[in-house]
Amino acid sequence: MTVTGRASILGTRGRRLSVGGAAVGRILGQQPIGTALVTPYVVFLAAVFAYPLAFAVYMSFHDYFFAAPGAIVERPFVGFDNYVTVLSDPAVRRSFANVGIFLLINVPLTVVLSLVLAASLNAAIRWRTFIRVSYYVPYVTASVAVVGVWLFLFNSNGLVNSVLGPLAPDPSWLVNSKLAMPTVAIYVTWKQLGFFILLYLAALQNVSKDLYEAAAMDGADKWKSFWNVTVPGVQPATTLVVLVATITGANLFTEPYLLTGGGGPDGASASPVLIMYQRGIEQGNPDIGSAIGVLLVIGVLLLALIERRFVGREDR
Amino acid sequence: MRRTITAAALAITLVAATACAGGGSGSADAEARGPITIWYSNNLEEVAWAKQMVAAWNAEHADQKITAQEIPTGKSSEEVIGAAITAGNAPCLIFNTSPASVSQFQKQGGLVPLDSFDDGKEYVESRSGKVAEQYKSGDGKYNQLPWKSNPVMIFYNKKAFAKAGLEPDKPQLATYDQFISTARKVVTGKGAQYAILPAPTNEFYQSWFDFYPLFAAETGGKQLVADGKAQFNSNEGRKVAKFWRLLYAEKLAGQEKYNGDAFADGKAAMAIVGPWAIAVYRGKVDWGVVPVPTSSGKPANEIHTFSDAKNVAMYSACKNRGTAWDVLKFATSKDQDGKFLQLTGQMPLREGVATAYPEYFTKNPDYKTFADQAARTVEVPNVASSITIWQTFRDAWSKSVIFGRQDPDAALDGAAGRIDQLASQS
Repeated sequence: MTVTGRASILGTRGRRLSVGGAAVGRILGQQPIGTALVTPYVVFLAAVFAYPLAFAVYMSFHDYFFAAPGAIVERPFVGFDNYVTVLSDPAVRRSFANVGIFLLINVPLTVVLSLVLAASLNAAIRWRTFIRVSYYVPYVTASVAVVGVWLFLFNSNGLVNSVLGPLAPDPSWLVNSKLAMPTVAIYVTWKQLGFFILLYLAALQNVSKDLYEAAAMDGADKWKSFWNVTVPGVQPATTLVVLVATITGANLFTEPYLLTGGGGPDGASASPVLIMYQRGIEQGNPDIGSAIGVLLVIGVLLLALIERRFVGREDR
Repeated sequence: MRRTITAAALAITLVAATACAGGGSGSADAEARGPITIWYSNNLEEVAWAKQMVAAWNAEHADQKITAQEIPTGKSSEEVIGAAITAGNAPCLIFNTSPASVSQFQKQGGLVPLDSFDDGKEYVESRSGKVAEQYKSGDGKYNQLPWKSNPVMIFYNKKAFAKAGLEPDKPQLATYDQFISTARKVVTGKGAQYAILPAPTNEFYQSWFDFYPLFAAETGGKQLVADGKAQFNSNEGRKVAKFWRLLYAEKLAGQEKYNGDAFADGKAAMAIVGPWAIAVYRGKVDWGVVPVPTSSGKPANEIHTFSDAKNVAMYSACKNRGTAWDVLKFATSKDQDGKFLQLTGQMPLREGVATAYPEYFTKNPDYKTFADQAARTVEVPNVASSITIWQTFRDAWSKSVIFGRQDPDAALDGAAGRIDQLASQS
């Protein structure tokens, strides 16, 4: 009886466990530990990215402004009015064109320079670690400090113009409406190069040495070996670099804010995020700022899709 | 500092989300008394004044103590205050409220009109005199107490003038022609690289330190916008724009941002600054001061200029408004204004400031010129969309006057049209 009774109890517990396990299984799936580990990040993404993005879309369709708690305010639905306002604003349109110029210079330059430098730094050269760290220093240095150095280099009496002498542009780099955005693009490329070199260095560790040996046996010189082995070998990293450079580039803010004094000269280096900041925060029109933000998100997504289609075609 | 789209949206949204959190303080009693919090500016002189003021109050009011701190750091005080209003945690009083932001704070429901106190209107007007009129909101109420001004004037470097062969004690700077002639001599005589270098950058407030003082002087005290209409596309406004355009075209004024203090570093021989600069340049620059120029060279006692004022406002999150009002009156009393003048050199926005503190001005004659000028100051217009209006003006100014990519007259007309529209929406 005792044995039977114990079996009965165990059996009941077993069924309870089984029922409970099924419920937990339904919630957590087949990999409950994995789900549990992922959950905090999902919550973080939802709270810090998804909800704000959804709320920004909501604001962009309303006459929205920030108000004190308890203040009675009306925030009526306005349809596409904010988008019409944004798209008919020449400053906004210009900022999108400016960031287009920025990306055209910054993204290819980033890919080429970081790949070439990573390949060089991957070879057995002297002072390799020192040089690797040197490239990374601008990336980890505060923009405010680095901008000060670039102002010193590129103002009309700066080092660059002193070296160029009569060839120096007039007006100078940062106040020249044709050169301001390219100068900003080159600055950002230089500042972020260390990070992208790091990505390529990691990717290069996965390119088999056998391939280089086979290429050498087939008579390939260093350039052919680089073009036919290295470049295809780091294709997934190239896709990542292009996408990350595009996304971070489209969100350009610090450089036009600090380096060219608020998007100058005459708006030639204003970026959409700078205009978002002016309209949304400074001028108290978060609805307009959100509409610019939503358009920027759509633009970046489209651009990323196009890039994925062309750059990442062998990666699928 | 680099922002992602989502981070920017987050900044907007978090503040917005907090706005929905409810709370409500609109019904707080104007007679309620108890502890309060105040914020003040972070420059050393104002910190010293605020600390002694708080200590003096707290010593006498154990049950209504002030907790004071500097305004939290942000890109600008206005952004921090705007976020605090939305979050419902603004202090009772902020002794650094920009008049340009008052309309925005009012729209947010963040301010307590001082008229809601029995003696509010009377106190503001009796302390500041007719200058107070400029600080009334569109609804005719005082949402701010005019506190202190920094009337801007032309500082010039005597050594730079002497180096260029000019007479340092008799600067020829009264008319536009004289100013330009002097500027040319300063630059060609290598007194400095630039005659003057106001920040040529595009922030909305930069026009307060190039166009606006001269416009105030030329018009005898007009504001940028009056009665819902832009005032700057007038003959006077065009003269000011033409004057500055000439300075930029001849490179007498610089188009490039200078990373430092151009006047202190000798990069520019002149600067447009307020009395705060006396302490800053003491021992560094041998300076002189004159009023801003006018086309006809008006006498100094007729010249108006930009006030560069900062005010005190009471915020709607304040519960103990009775105490806050008492503190506001205490902190802007004749005695405390005198201490403020003594510790900071800035001018209390008090009627007849030059005669109210004779001992101070006898001991500090440098400040007397500014005290005289303080009687004739012009504030930014207290209208809705104030910052958008100033940014619109700055964009047009930057394009035409600083960089010469458009005719200044056409640019002013274009900006006036857009600003009329903005002002009419308010």
